[in-house]
Amino acid sequence: MPTTRATADRSAARTLLRLWPYVRPVRARLLTAASVAVVASCTGLVIPLVLKWLVDGPVADRDPAGVWLGALYLLLLGIVEAVLFGIRRWLVARPLSHVEAEMRAGLYRHLQRLPVAFHDRWASGQLLSRGTTDLMLVRMFLAFPLTFLLVNGVTILVGLVIMLMQDWALGLVILGPALPVMWTCVVFERRYAEVARRAQDQVGDLTTLVEESVLGIRIVKGFGRHRSQARAFRALAGRLRGTELRKARLLAVIWGVIVTLPEVAIGAALVLGTVRVADGDLSAGTLVAFLSTALALRWPVDSIGFLLAMSQEAATATERYFEVMDEAPEEPRTGDAPAGTATAPADAPAAAGLRFENVRFRYPDAPPGSAPLLARVDLHVRPGESMALVGATGSGKTTLTALVPRLHEVTSGRITLDGVDIRAMSREELRTRVAVAFEEPTLFSASVGENVLMGAPDGAGKPELDRALGIAQADFAHALPQGTDTRVGEQGLSLSGGQRQRLALARAVVGRPEFLVLDDPLSALDVHTEAAVEAALRRVLADTTALIVAHRPSTVLLADRVALLSGGRIAAVGTHQELLRHNAEYAHLMSGAQEDSR
Amino acid sequence: MTTTTASTPAVADDEPGRPQDTGDPFDRDVLPTPPGATAGLLRSLLAPMKARVALTTLLLLLQQAAVQTGPLLVAYALDTAVPAFRDHRHGPLFAVAAGYLLCALASGALQIAFIETSARVSQDVLLDLRGRIFRHAQALSVDFHERYTSGRLISRSTTDVESLRELLNEGLQELVTVVLSFVYISAMLLWLDLGLGAVAVASFVPLYLLVRLYQRRAGRVFRARSTAIAAVIVKFVETMNGIRPVRAFRRETANEADFAALNRRHERTNGDALLEMARYVVGSRLVANTAVAAIVLWGAHRVATGSLELGVLAAAVLYLRRLYDPIDRLGMFLNSYQSAAASLEKIAGLLAQTPSVPEPTAPKELPPLAGEFPGREVVFDGVRFAYRTGGEVLPRFGLTLPAGQTVAVVGSTGAGKSTLAKLLARFYDPSDGRVLLDGVDLRELSMSELRRGVVMVTQEAFLFSGTVADNIAIGRPDATREEIERAAKAIGAHEFISALPDGYDTDVRKRGGRISAGQRQLVAFARALLADPAVLILDEATSSLDIPGERAVQRAMSTVLRGRTAVVIAHRLSTVEIADRVLVMEHGRIVEDGRPDELIAGTGRFADLHRAWRDSLA
Repeated sequence: MPTTRATADRSAARTLLRLWPYVRPVRARLLTAASVAVVASCTGLVIPLVLKWLVDGPVADRDPAGVWLGALYLLLLGIVEAVLFGIRRWLVARPLSHVEAEMRAGLYRHLQRLPVAFHDRWASGQLLSRGTTDLMLVRMFLAFPLTFLLVNGVTILVGLVIMLMQDWALGLVILGPALPVMWTCVVFERRYAEVARRAQDQVGDLTTLVEESVLGIRIVKGFGRHRSQARAFRALAGRLRGTELRKARLLAVIWGVIVTLPEVAIGAALVLGTVRVADGDLSAGTLVAFLSTALALRWPVDSIGFLLAMSQEAATATERYFEVMDEAPEEPRTGDAPAGTATAPADAPAAAGLRFENVRFRYPDAPPGSAPLLARVDLHVRPGESMALVGATGSGKTTLTALVPRLHEVTSGRITLDGVDIRAMSREELRTRVAVAFEEPTLFSASVGENVLMGAPDGAGKPELDRALGIAQADFAHALPQGTDTRVGEQGLSLSGGQRQRLALARAVVGRPEFLVLDDPLSALDVHTEAAVEAALRRVLADTTALIVAHRPSTVLLADRVALLSGGRIAAVGTHQELLRHNAEYAHLMSGAQEDSR
Repeated sequence: MTTTTASTPAVADDEPGRPQDTGDPFDRDVLPTPPGATAGLLRSLLAPMKARVALTTLLLLLQQAAVQTGPLLVAYALDTAVPAFRDHRHGPLFAVAAGYLLCALASGALQIAFIETSARVSQDVLLDLRGRIFRHAQALSVDFHERYTSGRLISRSTTDVESLRELLNEGLQELVTVVLSFVYISAMLLWLDLGLGAVAVASFVPLYLLVRLYQRRAGRVFRARSTAIAAVIVKFVETMNGIRPVRAFRRETANEADFAALNRRHERTNGDALLEMARYVVGSRLVANTAVAAIVLWGAHRVATGSLELGVLAAAVLYLRRLYDPIDRLGMFLNSYQSAAASLEKIAGLLAQTPSVPEPTAPKELPPLAGEFPGREVVFDGVRFAYRTGGEVLPRFGLTLPAGQTVAVVGSTGAGKSTLAKLLARFYDPSDGRVLLDGVDLRELSMSELRRGVVMVTQEAFLFSGTVADNIAIGRPDATREEIERAAKAIGAHEFISALPDGYDTDVRKRGGRISAGQRQLVAFARALLADPAVLILDEATSSLDIPGERAVQRAMSTVLRGRTAVVIAHRLSTVEIADRVLVMEHGRIVEDGRPDELIAGTGRFADLHRAWRDSLA
């Protein structure tokens, strides 16, 4: 399962480096912004020096003019600091949202091109949480930790140098806790990574549960299961809470260390400094400036804890993102199709039409050693012929139809269209020539017209739409509130199953495809509508090469011939009447009579 | 039809400030939020946490006290310990050392305690909120879900909750720290020197105005951003759930263009939000740094003229640095507050939707079964139904289904068969009239009681992630494995389930990707059998089965349905063979009602249908 991938042995830094290609286009901006931030932060460090000068100089000398000058310097430095910090944010605001958007678009693009088998395996909630929450974490990392780990590091170094220059003994005291703090950070990073990853995966699982309980709302309601769904949700959300609390505990410890140790060091420096001021080794101004610098470094030091935590979460998010991005997309063409077949003469009668040759298929993620779903399929649908595909529930009919538009790839053997191996053409071309209607008629959030015209070449308009709606007996679309411009919601939920099925059918026939694959296209229609659709379909099918999955005699009768799929093979091919008479299994499937010969 | 070209892309619909071509709040993802609902929601979430919120505040109060003592000790060291040390009195110095160590340790320990308690508070609030959204979404009726896309619901319970998480995790701490350090430091400054303190306090006025300005401007931007990300999510979810048709119809490029437009809008609003923040940071820093310069000028002047001690100035300057340090963090807080407020507003809008099919406040129980059979009598008493959006679907009608009767409902698509079923399953409530089960109005039954009474199997057989057994057990969660298998066997599903890699324990993965539509319907049937209801509704529940499968189901039904009241909707008239009674519906009305053999022998619509169906079997 993708949710429980091990996180061992990987460094956050190496993972985050993978973001480089996305950051590259904005690197100049980001670098400028970081430099600006370093300058701004160091400007802040100069302020205590001005204070020192002010205390030891004009104040001690009782020089009001010098005091004015000092205050003026402070004001100027303050303005510079403020403007520089503003510039930093202004520099990165647009580019960083752009990086986030680019990564999201990249993910979407990639997901659309990943094999269908990938989508079977991954819950869309997990994919969605990668495209939203995880990318937000990455953007926040680029905005803060990336810049501020650098800026604060430089600030701390410069601050330490300033302090050492003012008084090296006091400076060394301040440096004291550096090592234990760093050690804590390293230990923390490792532990936090694990917990952060778990939390993010649990968010993904929670998203999946939410999604399923919305999509399956009718079942949840139909069985009054909303309480047990809520319990399952509560359990999952409770686990997430536990993980988040562990995260908080880890964070608390590192914060505690990062807050306490430097503060102890400052206290020590104060005591030592006081003694030396009393002894006259040190000016009061130096001590004030020194402590002021030390305090100015407080935020940079304190912030390391949460900056590291954010980086860690971003690293986990990046890892999750690339888990999906590293999956190989469908290749444009496989190229292992023998070159000769690609150029086979299309007019050779033996090759024309849709042909399955020795096709074998097993799901790539099927348990090893299990029998292939399709063992050896040989079938020839002649040009202009329509072939019904009949088989028992679960015999692989739907899988077989999915092989034609290459939603899945054959394991061995080949499928040819007019003699050309489908793997030798681009998917784009293949899917233009082959139109499909699935048994689950999915409609998209768009108007009825747009949904149907998806199946048509560009530039198709109202005449094509009306024709297709006519064939599919989907004229109800004209009676919708805004006619064919009516938006059908996500998954077209506001339409009945039969209505959706007819629109899906219209979508399949609107482009007048050469090859038509219909998977049980009339299952949700009533007898009258079915008869009307069949009559219209017959006209379409007269000159279309079609493969139609059928459960019922009425659908079978649409076809010229019937193929019986059984045991992973085509067991028989013939007309309905022939098979009904001579094939016991077929007769059983079509009449439902109890046959002993099964 | 005047418009033939594709309507405006979805992107334009949500653009704030643009005239809307449709007034439907569902289309624009802005459900009305009643005034005060957002604040009320936040209050009700925090109310049970009062004690713990007080504790975290106390911890933070003490922690800040420990942290803010530092500069005071510096002043003491400079003004008292130094002269004392010169006089060989070491007491004050020890006091400084001990005090500083104590403060350091205390602030560390308190920090740890604070983070842990506040994490607990925020996680509990989130758990509560997540649960509320989930339960409420589940309680809302089916017609709500038909209009509120699942992507939006997901975005409510993920990204919107996430922004509240940010507020609670980081924001609240920021706020309390900021407020506390403002109060502490102002007090300290006032105590050290009234004049200097007054200047510092005066600087709060422009800061306050700045914060107000930012809040107003950012609020708008954040609302737009929340809408934008929801639109992105809707598109994303839709594409991933419909990946097969996306592929088969080469929608990839067109989808990318749509997605790019939505994504760009989010990018723009996101950038706007970040820029708004940049403006705020510049403004607040300017005010802060100017105030520091002014205070130093005045303080140094007074030290120079001898009316102020050096130590006091030093402490004041150190405090000032700290006073304005948290301003950025205040910005971050406002940031997360604004974004959380925008999200909470949407969540509150969702939670304010009242279920159109509410659970009764004082539920009644069904009377004990009269006979040995599980069936109950169903009465539609003067029922009329129209969708809220208009359009009457079922004109007023009355209908009685005696206990134990199996009724087939036939008619063309859109005749109102499914609506009738949904009224009986109480997916909808009638606009007028009542639906009675053994004399009790469905609206008076609790959900659990209702589901013991009525269960509906629909044609879309959705599988939840989990095992096949889990999916069947939805019918009755406490069922044993034997009962589950018995149900599967009765319906003819046992064979294919046993052939799966792990049998009943096979994970159906993502929505049953590898289980065919027919097999899913069998699972759905097994689920219904297991539920063992008094009234069973089958809405096109066998549409994807092959004929032997359908026969097997029917054989099972004839035993299973015995004594049960059943409503069967099917296009395949084979169902009628097991029915005691047939209703023919047309345009929302029941046009024929009688025993199947009587109707077949007659000359009505059913006789027609039946003839057509027989012919189709040829």
